[in-house]
Amino acid sequence: MARTMFEKIWARHVVAEGPGGQTLLYIDRHLLHEGSTPAFLRLAKTGRRVRRPDLSFATADHYVQTSPGAPAPDAEIRNMIEILDAHTTQQGIVLFGQGDARRGIVHVIGPEQGLTLPGMLLVCGDSHTATHGALGALAFGIGSSEVEHVLATQTLWQRKPKTMRITVDGRLGAGVGAKDVILAIIAHISAAGGVGHALEYAGAVLRSMSMAERMTVCNMSIEAGARCGMVAPDDTTYAYVKGRPFAPAGEAWERALAYWRTLPSDADATFDREVRLDGAAIAPTVTWGTSPQDALPITARVPDPAAVEPGRRASLERALAYMGLTGGMPLTDVTVDRVFIGSCTNSRLEDLRAAAAVAKGRRAVVPAWIVPGSGLVKEAAEREGLDRIFREAGFDWREAGCSMCVGMNGETARERERVASTSNRNFEGRQGKGARTHLMSPAMAAAAAVTGRLTDVRGLA
Amino acid sequence: MPPPFTRLTAPAVPIDLPNVDTDRVIPARFLRKPQGSAGYDTYLFHDVRFDAAGAERPEFVLNQPGFREARIVVAAENFGCGSSREAAVWALAAYGIRAVIAPSLGDIFHQNCGKNGVLAVILPAAVVAELRRQLHARPGAVLTVDLEAQTVTAPDGAVHCFEIDPFRKQMLLSGQDDIGLTLGYESQIAAYETGHRAAPPWLTPAL
Repeated sequence: MARTMFEKIWARHVVAEGPGGQTLLYIDRHLLHEGSTPAFLRLAKTGRRVRRPDLSFATADHYVQTSPGAPAPDAEIRNMIEILDAHTTQQGIVLFGQGDARRGIVHVIGPEQGLTLPGMLLVCGDSHTATHGALGALAFGIGSSEVEHVLATQTLWQRKPKTMRITVDGRLGAGVGAKDVILAIIAHISAAGGVGHALEYAGAVLRSMSMAERMTVCNMSIEAGARCGMVAPDDTTYAYVKGRPFAPAGEAWERALAYWRTLPSDADATFDREVRLDGAAIAPTVTWGTSPQDALPITARVPDPAAVEPGRRASLERALAYMGLTGGMPLTDVTVDRVFIGSCTNSRLEDLRAAAAVAKGRRAVVPAWIVPGSGLVKEAAEREGLDRIFREAGFDWREAGCSMCVGMNGETARERERVASTSNRNFEGRQGKGARTHLMSPAMAAAAAVTGRLTDVRGLA
Repeated sequence: MPPPFTRLTAPAVPIDLPNVDTDRVIPARFLRKPQGSAGYDTYLFHDVRFDAAGAERPEFVLNQPGFREARIVVAAENFGCGSSREAAVWALAAYGIRAVIAPSLGDIFHQNCGKNGVLAVILPAAVVAELRRQLHARPGAVLTVDLEAQTVTAPDGAVHCFEIDPFRKQMLLSGQDDIGLTLGYESQIAAYETGHRAAPPWLTPAL
């Protein structure tokens, strides 16, 4: 019978069929970060050991400071990092900790280290774990109780989700990239559109994307409501994986490759839902509201509450009040106070190159931060001189971490401050209490930095 | 071990906004606070519930007479979307919330509820909207959620049946924790590890 890639990977990880339609799945990789520490503490309390420390990998990203040499602002923040350190040491888990160039955002370093491979089942206590699906892996975010469950048993109980294929045909226009594609998808299917589904992204646009671009798309699956999103592996994937520190080599590589080539969905496989978008119709996209589905082409106007159906009016008015926007105003009239380029969505070398291409020879007119996704991304960017371009343009070149995407480390925007951000969530208070977030691509964020307003990057000569 | 859930008759609070994300349920700066520490209940909806000086915002529904004592949340579409933070459920539970009724829930939040003895009930959007309407009309009105019978009884007496994963239902009724159950599958896990999994060497990295 024809099977989707999701079904193939799922089937290969079934340990047992349990009661009530639940399946016990084996976990190939468990990625951990400081936010996983409550699970370690509960595990320690019950006296249980980590079953497979050799399949568990940890890094410090959410709570680390990204200004070079800065001390943690308070003991609680420092404590999160110290507990992770203590528990991973005690349990014999590899930690990419502070001072290690391999340290970085968990969803950047998994693929970077070759820990994420096609066909794997990978989990992490973070909702953006779908990022790893870009390599043709089944990867999803889990809660703290599930983290503890995986630590103790290397398995998880799951109910099989439905499948949805999102096909983006055609070719993207100039100045349009992966971030615009995923924002357009979320606006199309809504923030709840993917609930209960495993997504597969397909079509000519995805096939022509680099791995970093595919990671940007898969990363925001959760913003469309889906726990996992994936792209079939192909030669782009294999070229990316080959030679990475934890990737197979020699004879094992050949065997792995032969298996990986069997993973893509069969030609006649059927999905529970099919969605199609035309890549040529996607413009540089920005969000105006407080849900990632509130996304529009930069050429559009802020929605007018008077023009929408009554059922939507109250939530639209609330979003505009929080964002300090007036219905009907052109998006390009919106001025920004701050720019954040980083996060597991957009902090890879290609993202920094795209931002640097816009920043080069220009000058940031608002505070603008560049937070690389990992120490290795930072080093690679410095070898290319990107740090110099950013510094000369007045951008702040920082250390790797999650930083202002979520502000857990204390790096937040101020109340009512408006941020052009390459992160993944524009929720109320996400980047700091009362902060206002507009999501966009690295090129668009750099354009906002040099103009001080939401700007169509295609118009910057 | 989560507390068992059988049947609950209690006041409910309507939350009308769709797509309530877990950042709203508990802002990120509280995630470093230990679960169950003093004041954990005040983190729930903190930034929409309290003003900068820490005073209650009267316009927030949980601060209004009749709704303060709520033990059940009746929400709108995609409640609990966004971040995987289980602290969102911990904060609801710390406040005393034992059940969340919605047309749909964020998938990870939905899982997290069950792990903490909070019953997640999915009902059609029109039914949930009608429950919220009745609660607004009569603040303090009670709902009955019966897990055994899989029913919700509205303030007006109407009875609505809901579906629930039989596995999750059993875990909630018994208050059993998943890890205890899974450890009973040790022989299957070990067999998976030695058999099926032994073949692809790239799955176990050389450290």
